[in-house]
Amino acid sequence: MSMSNVVLHVADVHKSFGGLKALSDVDLQVMEGTTHAIIGPNGAGKSTLLNVCIGRIPPDTGAVVFDGEVITGKQPHEINQMGVVRVFQTPEIFPDLTLLQNVMVPAFAKRDGAFRLNAIQTVSNQHDIRDEAEHWLEDVGLKDQKDMTAASLSRGDKRRLELAMGLIQRPRLLLLDEPTAGMSRHDTNSTIDLLRKIKARGMTKIIIEHDMHVVFSLADRISVLAQGQIIADGTPDEVKGNPKVQEAYLGGPRQ
Amino acid sequence: MFKGLSRNDWLLLAGFSAFVLLMPIILQPIGAAYPALMQKICIFGIFAIGFNILFGLTGYLSFGHAAFLGVGSYAAVWSFKLFTMNIIPALLMALVFTTIFAVAIGYISLRRSGIYFSILTLAFAQMCYNLAYSVLTPLTNGETGLQLTLKDPRWIDAMFHEPGAGLPRATLFGIDTSGGGLGGFYLCAIALIVCFFFSVRIFRSPFGMMLRAIKSNQTRMRYTGFNTRPYLLAAFVISGAYAGLAGGLMAATDPLAGAERMQWTASGEVVLMTILGGVGTLVGPVIGAGVIKYFENIFSSFGDNTLHGVFGFLPDIIEQPLVSFLSLFVGEGWNLTLGVVFMLIVIFLPGGIMEGLRRIWSRLNRRHDGGEKIAVAQPQPAE
Ligand SMILES: Nc1ncnc2c1ncn2[C@@H]1O[C@H](COP(=O)(O)OP(=O)(O)OP(=O)(O)O)[C@@H](O)[C@H]1O
Ligand SMILES: [Mg+2]
Repeated sequence: MSMSNVVLHVADVHKSFGGLKALSDVDLQVMEGTTHAIIGPNGAGKSTLLNVCIGRIPPDTGAVVFDGEVITGKQPHEINQMGVVRVFQTPEIFPDLTLLQNVMVPAFAKRDGAFRLNAIQTVSNQHDIRDEAEHWLEDVGLKDQKDMTAASLSRGDKRRLELAMGLIQRPRLLLLDEPTAGMSRHDTNSTIDLLRKIKARGMTKIIIEHDMHVVFSLADRISVLAQGQIIADGTPDEVKGNPKVQEAYLGGPRQ
Repeated sequence: MFKGLSRNDWLLLAGFSAFVLLMPIILQPIGAAYPALMQKICIFGIFAIGFNILFGLTGYLSFGHAAFLGVGSYAAVWSFKLFTMNIIPALLMALVFTTIFAVAIGYISLRRSGIYFSILTLAFAQMCYNLAYSVLTPLTNGETGLQLTLKDPRWIDAMFHEPGAGLPRATLFGIDTSGGGLGGFYLCAIALIVCFFFSVRIFRSPFGMMLRAIKSNQTRMRYTGFNTRPYLLAAFVISGAYAGLAGGLMAATDPLAGAERMQWTASGEVVLMTILGGVGTLVGPVIGAGVIKYFENIFSSFGDNTLHGVFGFLPDIIEQPLVSFLSLFVGEGWNLTLGVVFMLIVIFLPGGIMEGLRRIWSRLNRRHDGGEKIAVAQPQPAE
């Protein structure tokens, strides 16, 4: 359990959409227990990189290795069952279910695996799963609304809900795509606190974020992606001082 | 198996069972208390409950469920012909064959979703329908339909007693179920109650919740670690088995099977029943089945003469066009009435009869609480 284990290795990944090179020659290593931020301008290929990791988009060449095992080509549910969980840029929740049900469903995936025909028990008897779901709803500050239908939530609240849905699975690697976009300053800060708390428990995270306040509060390492290429990689301080980053990302060297 | 249902669910089950078992009394005032109609309502209730497990929970709209109804009927009649007039083996055969069938059709159709899934199921059902009339006539007896004959072997029955003079009746250990008496009705009623109970269990189970989640956002389910295919296939097969049981019961109450049971109109009918009653609700599909079968019975027996009788008091100049207009909707034209009602429901009450009841209920409750509070709580928007 040393901190220097590579949990995720994105190895020489290329991906083009038609003529557009969304990812070229991307090589990325994420260490166990760290929070690894990926930043870059709009359209840089950040979400595409996560899509490749969770099996949503197959890379043209290259591979993704999780915990020593190649996961490119695996089914999305297999990758999830290995412990890789993704929170999407546009919230992906169950709009017709209540908040509590939204969080209980992933807990069933964690407990019962990819398929189990459990038509004998009732949901209301699954006290362990219900309690756990309520606990995570409380952590993201949505417990009061637990019986509301998820469709009626604001965008920021949907994000927090999806975060709870991810966290209840206790993933080994959590992929967060702009987790605080659309949130108020107050909610952003409580989300940062929550993510810090999880980090203390040793969960590895990749976080894509435009909000530099969030990035510098959480990240141990930052990779900068621009036009599908990683142009810088290092500790927050190293990246901050890198002139290439300032040029590509901030639109010119800082005055 | 009986653990975990809430008090409300038990009340619902008790109320439902009481209603179904007392149908011969309750339906007396509306003139529907005769066994042939009541058992039809129960059988189609089972068909619709099963259909709702697929359509209501997963959102996958099958347009080919009548195929299972047909397969169930044929299997049951073959059991009558080959083995025994006891309905237990017949119903088991119906279940086994429809399950096998549903696994095959579901496995292929569920490779697609949405409209493509619907089309695939429709295509399968039409294929079965056509095969029943052509290549499979040795099994289905083509247009005549599969019937009992005196020459049938009935091996198991033959071991115990000499065949009687006439065609035998289907029985449940001595209770006559195909004679058009209450025996057949109570058989179907009890089957309906058991099927309803299982549907409540499925609705309340983790499996049911997963199906609802798939309906709500299948992509999310995949990235949440679920293999959604087997969940959908399980729902499909369960609902196919319900349809097969319904088909078996049709044969148990009237031992013959024809291919028209598999026609697309029969598949469409169960869709109508479910939507009319309320998709995704527990009792809605049964109500839909009951309402449609009841009115079908009334309307299709109306002829021009009945209409002339009803409107005889009007002057001829009004009566003639009125009767010829209305006669479009009765008798053979009952399907037209059904179509119009269905359109009105889908447009004005998409949640079906159940939603209508819920609206009335909440309006009544509001009136009880006093209208004034509401007026304060929802002020009229200013000009
Ligand atoms: N499925 C796809 N098909 C075609 N083009 C795509 C697809 N997904 C992404 N792209 C394109 O690839 C490029 C990178 O997109 P991506 O979503 O990865 O950017 P991003 O860095 O996440 O941007 P943002 O910060 O706006 O979310 C964009 O030009 C986008 O239009
Ligand atoms: Mg993005």
